[in-house]
Amino acid sequence: MQPDYVYRFPILLLFSCFSMGVGKGWRYGLFFLVILLTACTDVWNNPYPEADSGKNILYNAFVERPKHLDPVQSYSSNEITFTAQIYQPPLQYHYLKRPFTLIPQTALSMPVVRYYNANDEQLPANAASAEIHYSVYEISIKPGILYQPHPAFAKDVQANLLYHALTVQDTQSVYKLSDFEHSGTRELVAADYIYQIKRLAHPRLHSPIYGLMADYLVGLRELADTLRKVDRQMPADDFLDLREFSLSGVELVDDYTYRIRIKGKYPQFMYWLAMPFFAPVPWEVDRFFSQSGLAERNLTLDWYPVGTGPYMLTQNDPNRIMVLERNPNFAGEFYPYEGMPEDEERGLLRDAGRPLPLIDKVVFSRERESIPRWNKFLQGYYDASGIGSDSFDQAVQITGQGEAIVTDDMAAQGIRLETAVAPSTYYMGFNMLDPIVGGRTQQERASARKLRQAISIAVDYEEYISIFANGRGIPAQGPIPPGIEGYREGLAGLNPTVYEWREDRPQRKSIELARALLAEAGYPRGVDRKTGKPLVLYFDVTARSADDKSILDWMRKQFRKLNIQLVVRSTDYNRFQDKIRKGNAQIFEWGWNADYPDPENFLFLLYGPQRKVGNNGENAANYDNAEYNQLFEQMKNMEPGPQRARIIDRMVAILREDAPWLWGFHPLDFALYHAWYENVKPNRLGYNNIKYWRIDPVLREQKRREWNEPVLWPIGTAFAVLGIFLAPAWFAYRRRELSQSLSGRAT
Amino acid sequence: MLNYIIRRILYAIPILIGVNLITFALFFVVNTPDDMARMHLGTKHVTDEAILKWKQDRGYDKPLLYNPVAQGRQKLTDTIFFEKSLAMFAFDFGRADDGRDIAHEIKTRMWPSLAIALPVFFLGLLAYITFALVMVFFRATYVDFWGVVICVAMMSISSLFYIIGGQFLISKLWHLVPVSGYGGGLDAGRFLVLPIIVGVISSAGANTRWYRTIFLEEMNKEYVRTARSKGLPESLVLFRHVLKNAMIPILTGVVVVIPLLFLGGLIIESFFGIPGLGSYTIDAIHSQDFAVVRAMVFLGSLLYIIGLVMTDISYTLVDPRVRLE
Repeated sequence: MQPDYVYRFPILLLFSCFSMGVGKGWRYGLFFLVILLTACTDVWNNPYPEADSGKNILYNAFVERPKHLDPVQSYSSNEITFTAQIYQPPLQYHYLKRPFTLIPQTALSMPVVRYYNANDEQLPANAASAEIHYSVYEISIKPGILYQPHPAFAKDVQANLLYHALTVQDTQSVYKLSDFEHSGTRELVAADYIYQIKRLAHPRLHSPIYGLMADYLVGLRELADTLRKVDRQMPADDFLDLREFSLSGVELVDDYTYRIRIKGKYPQFMYWLAMPFFAPVPWEVDRFFSQSGLAERNLTLDWYPVGTGPYMLTQNDPNRIMVLERNPNFAGEFYPYEGMPEDEERGLLRDAGRPLPLIDKVVFSRERESIPRWNKFLQGYYDASGIGSDSFDQAVQITGQGEAIVTDDMAAQGIRLETAVAPSTYYMGFNMLDPIVGGRTQQERASARKLRQAISIAVDYEEYISIFANGRGIPAQGPIPPGIEGYREGLAGLNPTVYEWREDRPQRKSIELARALLAEAGYPRGVDRKTGKPLVLYFDVTARSADDKSILDWMRKQFRKLNIQLVVRSTDYNRFQDKIRKGNAQIFEWGWNADYPDPENFLFLLYGPQRKVGNNGENAANYDNAEYNQLFEQMKNMEPGPQRARIIDRMVAILREDAPWLWGFHPLDFALYHAWYENVKPNRLGYNNIKYWRIDPVLREQKRREWNEPVLWPIGTAFAVLGIFLAPAWFAYRRRELSQSLSGRAT
Repeated sequence: MLNYIIRRILYAIPILIGVNLITFALFFVVNTPDDMARMHLGTKHVTDEAILKWKQDRGYDKPLLYNPVAQGRQKLTDTIFFEKSLAMFAFDFGRADDGRDIAHEIKTRMWPSLAIALPVFFLGLLAYITFALVMVFFRATYVDFWGVVICVAMMSISSLFYIIGGQFLISKLWHLVPVSGYGGGLDAGRFLVLPIIVGVISSAGANTRWYRTIFLEEMNKEYVRTARSKGLPESLVLFRHVLKNAMIPILTGVVVVIPLLFLGGLIIESFFGIPGLGSYTIDAIHSQDFAVVRAMVFLGSLLYIIGLVMTDISYTLVDPRVRLE
C-alpha cells in the first residue's frame, strides 16, 4: 500500500502549476478544492457515516420496499426479513438442525396438543382423524420477557399511560416516534397473543391468512362478522378495542398460558405458530396508533412494529434506509449448542452458548439496481450478496466434479460461497380442463396423459438449469423439494415416467420413447391423426423482457423435438392470473415457495377441491384425481411416520404417472459472504436468523481501507487534458481578437 | 398581463380534467380494481372475500364513471373517477395503497429530486451554452468540426451507459465517491457529485448542438454584422449581442422544464439510490398503485402548465416587444 502523499503531492503540484495560468478567483477555487480533497479521510467512497466505521453493524441491501410490517398483514419474504427480527411468535425453527425442527421461542416448551370428540371427551394422541372433533393447543410462555421501549407503554407517576389521550396539539410536533419524550415497556403476557389472534379477523386489516384460519380456528369467522357489524356503526378511525370481544376458539388460562381450539385435526397448525401472524401485539400499542393525527404522519403499527424480539426498527425510511437496532430489553436467548455433524467443522458452533444477538445494528440500504449493489459488495460496503446472472461468471466457477466454488478473484478477497436448496419448486403446468392436454372423455384423458408424458420427457430441464440458471437448480422428480418429508434421494426418488436409472444416476428417457408416446396419444410425428393437422400447443407466460426471448426460443425448441408447434402467448401478470383463474390457459409456468416444511404444503397444490376454476384455490392445473384426493385427505392430518410416508409415496407415484406438471426444478440458492461474516447457515423457512450472525468489524474496516484507497491521478489527468485542449483554443482566441483589433476587419 | 395569466390558469382546468380522465381510462383498461387488490394482497391464500373487502375499504367497489343504481347527481359523483380523481383539484392526493400519505411522500421526496435536478439543470445550461458559444466562435475550424463530431457521438450513446460507465470509473475503479446512496443534510453532497456529473454529461451532446444551431442562426443576422462593424471584439459580439437575442428560443425549451425538475429523473434516481419522486413513480407503476400514479400524473400536468405560463412571462422579460394580452 503506497502512502497517500505519493498521490497527493503530484496532484497538488499539478494544480498549483495550472493555477498559475488562470485568474485569481479560479486559483483560490482550485486551491480550496485541493485542500478539500487532501483533507478527506483515507476512504472516499464509503456510503456510510464515518462515525460508524469499525462498529458492530451489519450492512445489507433491499430491493423492494416492504408494504406491511404489521404481523397480521405481512406475508412477503422482503417484509418478514424485518418482522421476524422484531416479533416473537411462540415457536421458531432450530437454526442449525436439518430437517427443519420447531423449538420454543417465547414458549416455555412445545405446545401440548389434546384432541376431543364431539362430546368434549378427550381422545388419545393416536386417535383417528375422523373421531377428532377439535384439537386444543395449550401454550405457556416464559415469564419476564419485556417489550422494546416504546411511547405506547410510557406512564406518568400515577401509572397512567402517558400518550393514550393525545390531542391535535400534542401530535403537531410529532413526525417520528422518537419525538415522544418518554417511552416505557411492560412484560409480555398471554393476552397479547390472544389479542393478535383476534386481529386476524379485524375488519380494517387484511390478513392474508384470515380465509385459511377461519376454516380451522373455532369462532374466528363469527368474530369477524361481529366486528364487521360493530365497525360499520363506529366512526371510521375510532379504536376498535378487541379485548371487548370474545373469540370462542381462544382461552386465557392465566397470565402466561393460553389455549387455541382448532376444528378437527390440523397438525400443520404448529408451523403457523412459528410465523409472525401469531406473534404478540399489546393492546396499548394498537390503541396508541389508533389515535387521530398519528396516521396522517404515517405513524402506524403497519410502519412501526413493536415487539419483544432481539431487534427494534429505529429508522424506517423505506425509500432509502431501514435500521434495526438491538432491543435493550431483549435477554435470555443463547446461541445453540448443537447442530448437524458438519456444523462443528464449519465453525458454526464456535459461538455456542453466547447471548444473542451477536450484532448490535443492521443497516438495510435500498438498492434497486443490481450493478451498484454488486459493486458495493465487492468494495466491502455490503457484507453479503446474491449472484445475478450478469455477475455469475465473475463470481462462481464450476469444478470438473460439478461443484460450484468461488472464482480465484473472489477467493483472493476472502469471499466464500454458501449454497442451499430452496424449499421451492418451479414447474410447468398443464390445464387439465383443456381438451387437448387434459381431455374430457375417458379416452381423451388417456390420450392426453400420454401427450403430457411425452412432453415431460422432451423438455430437458437439465439443459434449462445449465443454460439459464447457471446450474443453480436440481431437476425435480416430483412436487416435493429436498429437505421436506416425502422427498427421496437416488433410485427411490426416481420419476420412472421421465427418467431411467443408468450409471448410478437418473437419466432422461430417450426422445424416441417420447415420440412413441406421442404417437400413442394420437399425434404421430406431431400430426393429429384425426384432423391431419400439425399439433399446436399454447404456452401462456407473463410478459417477459427481451433477455427472456432465449428461454422462450429454447422452450419452442424442446417441443419441436416432438414436432409440436408451441405458440407463446405473452401477457401481463394480471391477464395471466385471470386466464389461470378462468381456466383459459393451456400450458403455463408457475412456482411455489413452502410456507412450512410439510409435504402437505406442496401436495395440496394438486388437490382437487383446491382447483382454481370454480374454487379459487391454489391448484392452478385444476388436477382432480379421486384416489389422490382421498389419499391427501388421509395424509394431511397424520403425524410423520412410516404410514404417512407410504401414502405420500403413493400420491407422488400417481402424480408422476398422470404428469399434470412438468416437474421442473428446485432452485439452489447461491449467496456470497465476506470473510468477516460468520455463523451463516442458509435457512429459507426461519427468517429470524440475524440474531445468530456475527461479523468481525475490525477485519472489515481493514479490508475496506485496503480495497478502496482513492486513485487520484485521474483528477489531475482530467485537468491536464482539459488544459491541453483549452490552451490552443485560448491562444487562437487571443490571436483572433488581436488580429481583429489591429486590422479592424469585420467578418 | 394579469388577465392573460388568469385566462391561462382557467384554461388549465379542462386540460387537467382531460389528463385525469385519460390517465384514469388508461389505468383501468390495464388494471381492474380486482387486479389491484390481488397485487396488493399477494398470490397466496387470496380469497374472493378478501378481494371484496380490500376494494370496499378503498372505495374501488364502485362503478368507474357512471353509477346506474345511484340517484340524481350521485350517478356521477358516487363513482371511482369522481371520488378519486377530482379531489386532487383541492390537492387532496389521498393515501397510497400501503396506507402512506401521498402528499407527505411528495413533500419528503421532492428535495432529493431537486438536489440532483437543479444542479444538473443550471450547470448543464451553463456548460452547454458555453460549449456552444465556443464552437460558434471557432466555427468552420477543427474545434467546431470535432466539437460537432463529439456531440453527435455523445447523443448516440444511451444515458444508461454514462451511468454505468461513471459508476465503474469514478466509484469502482478510482474509489472517489460512493457508488450509490443518499445522505441527509450536507452529507448528501458526496452522493450527488457523480449523478450530477453524469446528468450533465449525458445530455451534453444534444443540448450543445441545439444551442450551437440557435447561435449560428443568430450569427447571420444584420445586428451581428453591425456590432462587428463597430469594431467590437468577437467575444463581446457573442456574449453580449448573440446570446441575448438567442434567449427566446432558449427560453422556449428551458423555462418549461423548470417546474418539472421537482419530479426528478427516473433512471438516475434508480441507479444512484436517490429517494426522489422519479423512483416513487416507478415503484407505483410496478405495484399498480393507482392513487400514486394519478397523483404524479396530475402533478406533472400541473407543473407543465405552470412551465408554459412561466415561459410566456419570461418572453416579456427578455424581449420588450412581446406583450401578453
